Amino acid sequence: MLEILSVWIAGGLTLCILSFLYGDNPVYKFAEHLYVGFSAAYWLIYVWHFTIKQMVINPIVAREPGALMLIIPLFFGALMFSRWLPERISWISRWSIAFVVGIGAGIVAIGQVQGLLLPQLRATILPLATGNWKTNTNNLLVVIGTTATLTYFYFSRREAGVLSKFSRVGIAFIMIALGASFGYTIMARISLLIGRMIFLLGNWFHIVKPL
Amino acid sequence: MIGNKKDFWDRITSIKREIIFTIIGIVVIVPILLGIKEEVQISPPVKSAYEAIESLDPTDVILISIDYDPASMPELQPMLKAILSHAFRKDIKVIMMVFWPLGLPIGTEGLGEVANEYGKVYGEDYINLGYRPGDRAVMIDMGREIRHFFRSDVNDILLDTYPMMRDIHNYNDIALIVGLEAGRFGEFWIQYVGSRYNQRIILGVTGVMAAETYPYLQSGQIEGLIGGLKGAAEYETLIEKPGFGLTGMAAQSWAHIAIVIFIIIGNIGYFMTRRKERRVRIKGRKE
Amino acid sequence: MKKRIPLVITFITGFIIIVSFFIPHRPFGQLETETLIWYAIIFAFTLIIGVDSLVRLHVRQIRRRKKGWWYSIVFFAGFFYCLTIGIISIIRTPNPFQPGTAFFYGYETILIPLQSTMFALLAFFVASASYRAFRARNIDATLLLIAAVIVMLGRVPAGYKLWHRLPAIADWIFDVLQIGAMRGILIGVALGAVAMSLRLILGIERTYLS
Repeated sequence: MLEILSVWIAGGLTLCILSFLYGDNPVYKFAEHLYVGFSAAYWLIYVWHFTIKQMVINPIVAREPGALMLIIPLFFGALMFSRWLPERISWISRWSIAFVVGIGAGIVAIGQVQGLLLPQLRATILPLATGNWKTNTNNLLVVIGTTATLTYFYFSRREAGVLSKFSRVGIAFIMIALGASFGYTIMARISLLIGRMIFLLGNWFHIVKPL
Repeated sequence: MIGNKKDFWDRITSIKREIIFTIIGIVVIVPILLGIKEEVQISPPVKSAYEAIESLDPTDVILISIDYDPASMPELQPMLKAILSHAFRKDIKVIMMVFWPLGLPIGTEGLGEVANEYGKVYGEDYINLGYRPGDRAVMIDMGREIRHFFRSDVNDILLDTYPMMRDIHNYNDIALIVGLEAGRFGEFWIQYVGSRYNQRIILGVTGVMAAETYPYLQSGQIEGLIGGLKGAAEYETLIEKPGFGLTGMAAQSWAHIAIVIFIIIGNIGYFMTRRKERRVRIKGRKE
Repeated sequence: MKKRIPLVITFITGFIIIVSFFIPHRPFGQLETETLIWYAIIFAFTLIIGVDSLVRLHVRQIRRRKKGWWYSIVFFAGFFYCLTIGIISIIRTPNPFQPGTAFFYGYETILIPLQSTMFALLAFFVASASYRAFRARNIDATLLLIAAVIVMLGRVPAGYKLWHRLPAIADWIFDVLQIGAMRGILIGVALGAVAMSLRLILGIERTYLS
């Protein structure tokens, strides 16, 4: 019984959202606000269960070594709420934000160099005379594509000459990449629609095999 | 348009969007109703991803990261089920974790469903760690010890209680990471785990993320890539277990053809209208 | 004091992470682990701040009776429903997110259809946008158009039936032609991210303090 009710409500909400195809309307807005409200509370439940309970309370209750120190980040986290208080107190929330920003910046600085820049630059240094003309051509296209794109982004001064023409080549490669990306994006969106249609036709109307 | 008269070419460049919406709806629904099945050709990136799991032994452990939510479920859930089927068939142990909070329930459901199908036992053959905030921080520190962040699993039971987790402490004990990605977390796995800890990684990504993941495949930072619903269909074909991926291929084909036809019609109309306007301008100048 | 201490905190924490990368042994390794755990716990509170802001916005809407204020009541209906079933599920089961719990029921009934359908709507708009905007006006637009069409057809079984080489051409576009541009973009973004990170750590960039 609950299962049937769930499918009917889900189907009804699906149609509420699909009504947007004919323009913004109260039914769509109702469904949208319901979604936002549900999601907001979902985050609260999540943070309680996985952070406060499992990462802080449980180790303290189990008297694990060093667990009491976890009260410090809990305190700093709570300090973030001081931003709603008057300016003479609210500045203290900056300490927590500074902590998060500092760690985030350190992580990004290392990760981008070690995990992206160096490997990707290494992968661009490709052999151009391998004995196989297909491999040579492909490698040459990758090298030219990468350098031309970087030229376009980093040397954006408009002047005649080799740099300007090479930037033009970069634009061509970027257009091809964007076109390919767009083609794949269309595929992604259609897939999502197929999923919803199978739910409506299968799980709700029982015309086809359900998901 | 010449004067106020709309001719045939003007009309085909301005088809009402309601008509387009209706046609798209029809080309998606009809193949589903007719139950049309289509075969897919296997692409090298998906084959490589398949080979990465195929090369593992029953003593190996894989870590599957659920980094998607219901919005990307149609593309990534079939990949999850296909990969789990493949892993469980080979008696490979599976650790699941989540970085997208909204993905935990669907990941849990998928894992439970496939595990039951293969008679796998929780704690011996698979485990669900759940979620921890901090994404990259978690990824980096799991390279030292998983228990720093995950002292217990999603059920709040200590990891050491489970037989399969007794010898698993960090990435040295994990043979392969499988990231199912709807956002940037695939890059994080590559940058913070693959590069730092030399960890083997394969990614299953949505169509939106696929194009920008290819550079990582070409550089060897990931071993395989499963892209979009087609990728899921290819993987299902490789493991000989049809699922939602293959079911959706006919509707996908029809929809793509419809969109390409719309694009062609739009461009023909555009060129014909431009040609006519040029002729009128030239005629006007002569007069 | 109000700005100096946060700048010092940013510098010290960023410095610990960078040094720990180069010296993973004691005490830096342990220091990094503790710092990362603290980061995760504090980070979780930023999620709560986001929810807090949203709730305050809707409370204001209801108080001031602004146009469409009744939708804020719908917001709270969804909010309190989820909170209630979440609390009940937490009390009753160790894992409230598994199938069979009241929380999962609500998630399956409300969140999945709403979120999935919102994104599924995009299929219609993307089709309409492709028809209207994809015009071969110049060489660049033509390249974009051709690449998109080849990928769209090459990535579906119908493309193989139209011309058996189409999937291979689509694969070649991904494996060769678009790699250069994507890599260039990734490298550009990475250089920008590293520059910004160093500016934050060194205290040159201070917008996060306002």
